[in-house]
Amino acid sequence: MTYSYFPGCTLKTKAKDLDRYARISAEALGFTLEEIPDWQCCGGVYPMAKNEIATKLSSIRALANARDKEQTLVTLCSACHNVLKQVNHDMQTDEDIVRKANNYLKLDTPYQGEAQVLHYLEVLRDIVGFDTLKSKVTNPLKGKKIAAYYGCLLLRPGKIMQMDNPENPTILEDFIRAIGATPVIYPMRNECCGGYLTLDEKSVAESRSNKVMTSAADMGADMVITACPLCLYNLRKNSGVSDLPVIYFTEILAQALGLE
Amino acid sequence: MADYKELVLTASGVNPLKCMRCGKCSGTCPSYDAMEYHPHQFVYMVEKGDIEKLMESKSIYTCLSCFACVERCPRDVEPAKLVEAVRLAVIRQQGKNHLKSEQIPDMVDEELPQQAIVSAFRKYSK
Repeated sequence: MTYSYFPGCTLKTKAKDLDRYARISAEALGFTLEEIPDWQCCGGVYPMAKNEIATKLSSIRALANARDKEQTLVTLCSACHNVLKQVNHDMQTDEDIVRKANNYLKLDTPYQGEAQVLHYLEVLRDIVGFDTLKSKVTNPLKGKKIAAYYGCLLLRPGKIMQMDNPENPTILEDFIRAIGATPVIYPMRNECCGGYLTLDEKSVAESRSNKVMTSAADMGADMVITACPLCLYNLRKNSGVSDLPVIYFTEILAQALGLE
Repeated sequence: MADYKELVLTASGVNPLKCMRCGKCSGTCPSYDAMEYHPHQFVYMVEKGDIEKLMESKSIYTCLSCFACVERCPRDVEPAKLVEAVRLAVIRQQGKNHLKSEQIPDMVDEELPQQAIVSAFRKYSK
């Protein structure tokens, strides 16, 4: 199976590990991530206003490209995933945005939200299947207590992202079980890390990240995993908790598959 | 004077009259402590047409767009969309960018992901 793949800006720069381990793991699991040619940055945050059109166009170009190739569009970065799914939802439901965006783009076939967007984790759960993943694990991470950090962008708004229960998610914990480790459930796993406020109001990023990391540590985690480069940065750099490693979920996936 | 209330309601698509004042949006907001006006106040101040005070407040830059208030509102009011619309009413004006490119070099460090800068620019500048 081949998927259209939208890596996003950070996976080409500071988050190369998130990308690299995902690609080699995909091959080992029998699917290929085919990078969209000439993709443009999604902007990192979904433009919420109804009269924002230009800021949604880069996402629509990627979505239309996947539609034209009749491929499902796969994302890895939580932010890209959030932006692409929410813009796609606009293109399925908001006639005014559809009309204005298509007036700008002048595509051969106007885009109306036909593409399907999946996060890599959804491919693992819904296409590969966690049972199959489990059977391909050669290096089970037995005894490792791993805290899944969802943050905000993977799950919310739940009715648009449709990835998991936004208040009591299980996809990452099921992933952790599939690779042979033990999931640690902790209260702050789907609360915000402070995001881009690390630039404008660092104290917010510091206090939020600290709450997340302290919560995971209190529940006995050996390690925290995430799908988001900005979460990884905040949890490592702004939390004040340095003895709890934070890594991308794709890195432990590759480890479990014996690829690292 | 511009009709900011109409502008904010149109841009956000929010109907503040749906709010039943439960305060859950503010209770769950990760930026609560850093805000002068909190999410529930945005809702009733927009409803009253009290937009200028919000436009002048730093609170419009502290929303994280984490969608906690959107997800947890029992009336589907979507307060984050009001914060976004008020901020746009400011930064869409000439010379009103909250973040300027010349500020960036002093803010970055070796590990800072591009995502942080891209997101901040989208939120703070036009």
